[in-house]
Amino acid sequence: MRITCPHCGERDHREFYYKGHALALDRPAADAGEAAWDDYVHLRENPAGVTRDLWYHEGGCGAWVVVTRSTLTHKVLGTEPASEARA
Amino acid sequence: MRFSGLRVLKEGLTGNKGWRPHWRDPEPKPEYDIVIIGGGGHGLSTAYYLARDHGLKNIAVLERGYIGGGNIGRNTTIVRANYFLQGNSEFYSHSLKLWEGLEEDLNYNVMHSQRGIINLFHSDGQRDAAARRGNMMISQGDDAILLGREDLRKMVPYLNFDDLRFPLYGGLYHPRGGTARHDAVAWGYARGADQRGVDLIQNCEVTGIDIENGQVKGVQTVRGPIRAKKVAMVAAGRSSQVAAMAGMRLPIESHILQAFVTEGLKPVIDNVITFGMGHFYISQSDKGGLVFGGDLDFYASYAARGNLPTVEHVMEAGMALMPMIGKAKVLRSWGGIMDMSPDGSPIIDKTHIDGLYVNCGWNYGGFKAVPGSGSVFAHLIATGNYHPASTRHRLDRFRTGRSIIDEEGKGSQHNLH
Repeated sequence: MRITCPHCGERDHREFYYKGHALALDRPAADAGEAAWDDYVHLRENPAGVTRDLWYHEGGCGAWVVVTRSTLTHKVLGTEPASEARA
Repeated sequence: MRFSGLRVLKEGLTGNKGWRPHWRDPEPKPEYDIVIIGGGGHGLSTAYYLARDHGLKNIAVLERGYIGGGNIGRNTTIVRANYFLQGNSEFYSHSLKLWEGLEEDLNYNVMHSQRGIINLFHSDGQRDAAARRGNMMISQGDDAILLGREDLRKMVPYLNFDDLRFPLYGGLYHPRGGTARHDAVAWGYARGADQRGVDLIQNCEVTGIDIENGQVKGVQTVRGPIRAKKVAMVAAGRSSQVAAMAGMRLPIESHILQAFVTEGLKPVIDNVITFGMGHFYISQSDKGGLVFGGDLDFYASYAARGNLPTVEHVMEAGMALMPMIGKAKVLRSWGGIMDMSPDGSPIIDKTHIDGLYVNCGWNYGGFKAVPGSGSVFAHLIATGNYHPASTRHRLDRFRTGRSIIDEEGKGSQHNLH
């Protein structure tokens, strides 16, 4: 699997640390309540198909990247900087 | 049809013409008392123990593909009870005891081989941790022996005792651990359940779960609707998709775990050996193949195959530990789809929907749990109460923080286990 870093270009996925689903970007408010935080920290849609994940380009530029890819084929469909994905 | 030595002899002398299919291939009935979604190891053992221990007969196991085609046929067949924490300790102990009587109970040769497991350690600190774990195993009533470097040299002289990065200080030996023939476990439970009246329905994918007023009513399948008083979701590898049909999101991420097998060799590795620091473990099948694996690829995946960096890592670790295997040719590699839970331990529980039960989150350890999981899950479904060996595998433990079973002490969140 090769991932195109928005800053560095196409790289081996070994350069990246995998965080998990990109819902990590949608952090609830501190007082959002137990259910919202349980949802955010633990519960997952865990799709068999297209997913959006957060990867950290640890062995490169150090950017957080949102990767859209298929969990069934490992095909990478697109990448964007996490800063833009959040906006 | 019962198996026996005499029967094998008779069939051998008469052209093996008397063998019959091990289970029926029934049409689904319109209604069952209990429908089990998933005909893998855990689904089959659940059905078997519902029939054996609770006298229930009107049960269907619905399997999307064929019996033995999922993770029960895609693992490295290790059986052990060397856990440390309450919650896991009594559960895997219960499971190992069931393994020890399994072949007589099922009248089926699952090739359970208690060849012993050695977990290697490489420092004083790790030795202390191994001793502590061993004491916990002994206090649970299981067996553990702390091996020093010289003990190790006698038992497994082919390891690389000159490794400077991870010097071999010794190992924690669990003599009752071992391996079993994974396919035979599925077939044995399938046959046992079938003989006790359970309908095993293959090629029957569940497409919906019917719920009315917070009560489960049945399932929709590609072979028509089936009504049921109770429905059990036992679909590790596809747990999230099945639970989504009931409107639930589970605390599960699916990851890929690769394994490898070499060409058949003469007996060379007697035990199961785990090299935790290198993320490598190995045993030798009765057919002679070296069966080994490593750690997750570490990204969510349902592809049932992994990528090359992990292949390379596993091979490197294997060569570092036992250089003698370098000339063995790898025949196959494959990937299993792991239900990863936040704390690395399984979930066996009721849900907020009446009559709907869930069994999932087996992480890397589903195979050894097959008997125990079926036994305690059947108890929960039949009686409504938690089995004494499984009081802590609660679905809500991540939300409440109570009874978290974090064996590795890493924390209770995804991507740490």
